[in-house]
Amino acid sequence: MNTGIVVFPGTWSDRDCAHALSDVLGQPARYVDHREERLDDLDLVILPGGFSYGDYLRCGAIARFAPVMEAVTDFANRGGLVLGICNGFQILQEARLLPGALLRNASCEFRCEWVNLRVEQCESAFTLDCRPGQVLRIPISHGEGNFFADPQTLEAIERNGQVVFRYCAPDGRVTAESNPNGSLGNIAGIANAHGNVVGLMPHPERACEDLLGSSDGLALFRSAIHALDRVAV
Amino acid sequence: MTYRAEVFVTLKPVVNDPAGLTIKGGLHALGFDSVREVRAGKYLVLTLDADDEDQARSRVEEMTRQLLANAVIEDYRIELKVPSPSGGGQGGGLRT
Repeated sequence: MNTGIVVFPGTWSDRDCAHALSDVLGQPARYVDHREERLDDLDLVILPGGFSYGDYLRCGAIARFAPVMEAVTDFANRGGLVLGICNGFQILQEARLLPGALLRNASCEFRCEWVNLRVEQCESAFTLDCRPGQVLRIPISHGEGNFFADPQTLEAIERNGQVVFRYCAPDGRVTAESNPNGSLGNIAGIANAHGNVVGLMPHPERACEDLLGSSDGLALFRSAIHALDRVAV
Repeated sequence: MTYRAEVFVTLKPVVNDPAGLTIKGGLHALGFDSVREVRAGKYLVLTLDADDEDQARSRVEEMTRQLLANAVIEDYRIELKVPSPSGGGQGGGLRT
């Protein structure tokens, strides 16, 4: 699986992603500059976390117009696998590749902590390896991850099975206490209608080694590898 | 002609505004109990060149739709300040 990790000015989680892909999983990965216009060599594009363009105006609003985003949009529309993590999720929403928006955390606080995620569907390219209801322990690190969509959009996302992850208690119960940011429906991650584009606020790349407290994040990257195998068959 | 556009971007009424709620709490803590609601937003001032007022307005509208506001969560209002015809040269007065 050839992975491209997009680096905007202000991206900060690019090396964590490269470490997870290359060093932990042994997969080829390269950095993609925000000015690049061709992604033909790639199977997976990751928009990593960070503060692209200083989060000025709105998180992801400026990055969305970087030259590389036209190529990312084409890549996604052709069925390429795209994973947006944290700021990358915000960018995918600004680019309208995923529905909804991410507001300031209800607490108005930056939250950097471990959370539990319940896997809601195993059809997306990044959850093929998971069981429905499986709980993943993965950290968050954000100030604006409060998922919002208008009632019609939210209803459509739920009905189409586009909710991929929800914040939950360690036993998988979706509770108000386990919601770290006020997200509607405890939504932590969603997919597009085809399941090839996924965005989530938590950082799977920071949970790929037991040494770091959890290796649950590997499930997303391994799923992507298997999704590509399926296509190849 | 140089125009000045003021763009007010606010969260839609249905969107929760944690910053506004926190500011309201601060005002209440100061004894301003009469405050029922605070909505926080953004205020942008653009100075731009355009042939006429219509062109300036439509350009700012387009800029706001594309970048300055996110229609999923935000509303906006644009106020265009046009150069006063009686301003008499540079630094002339502005009328709304």
